Amino acid sequence: MLQLYQSAVRSRLMLGTARYPSPAVLADAVRAARVEVVTVSLRRESAGERAGQAFWSLIRELGVRVLPNTAGCHSVKEAVTTAHMAREVFNTPWVKLEVIGEDDTLQPDVFGLLEAARVLCAEGFEVFPYTTEDLVVAERLLGAGCRVLMPWGAPIGSGRGLNNLFGLNALRAHFPEVPLIIDAGLGVPSHAARALELGFDAVLVNTAVAQARDPVQMAGAFAHAVEAGYTARQAGPIEPRDLAVPSTPLIGTAFRG
Amino acid sequence: MKILVNGVSRETQHAELARALEEFGYGASVVSTAVNGEFVPAAQRARLRLAEGDRLEVLAPMQGG
Repeated sequence: MLQLYQSAVRSRLMLGTARYPSPAVLADAVRAARVEVVTVSLRRESAGERAGQAFWSLIRELGVRVLPNTAGCHSVKEAVTTAHMAREVFNTPWVKLEVIGEDDTLQPDVFGLLEAARVLCAEGFEVFPYTTEDLVVAERLLGAGCRVLMPWGAPIGSGRGLNNLFGLNALRAHFPEVPLIIDAGLGVPSHAARALELGFDAVLVNTAVAQARDPVQMAGAFAHAVEAGYTARQAGPIEPRDLAVPSTPLIGTAFRG
Repeated sequence: MKILVNGVSRETQHAELARALEEFGYGASVVSTAVNGEFVPAAQRARLRLAEGDRLEVLAPMQGG
């Protein structure tokens, strides 16, 4: 089981809920992948359309735990206020804290992120900061009270996988006890499997599933990949070598000597 | 009194936030509110008095990644 603050979750695949072809497809994808945690957001509600009310009904029917995000926030003030609003609506201390610093890459503003994390942790929030693989920033976030980190694999929605393997490996090695969830940038199930093989605790996927030709099938594929990667990590992968090592024993080889 | 509701200028007869929300059709909705960038918890909506030109945000659950 993966311990995230006070909660233990079995599934190491988390799904975002945006960009699906329809609410029904989203629901089927969540069920197919057997995910326990989905990310959600807050947006302006039109009293006429009441789109938010319908979405919230759907999520509650699925019986999953929600991780509200502060997506779209570019300042500490916006992120903190959004977190307060999300805590009231979703009735959870969890918040996936995003403070965006650059619009082309949606790269986290790690300075604002740290400041907002300090405020929210002090107020009792259980903060999941969307961060980079930077070790110093990670250390500061943990010092601020974060007990989980969400380093990016690649820019949100890019599908590029684990962009900086060296940096991510270093992060994993440096904080062996901290739950690390790869958030953003995964494109195909092999990326997720790789993340788990490297020892990351979970992955959060949205676009790669929602925008697949068949999101339900892709959600299932990601679930299998996460399971395979996690099991492989437990089984202890071999170290890569530069030269061949025969797998068939050489003793008793015919025609020799 | 005119205020901005989710960025749109609206007229309201009510100064209390709770009653203004009902007037705008949010009565039974699951929403969270902020006035002039400051979070207003649901429990405080009956006490909070709006003023001309206030910026009211009414947010609801939405899809997110």
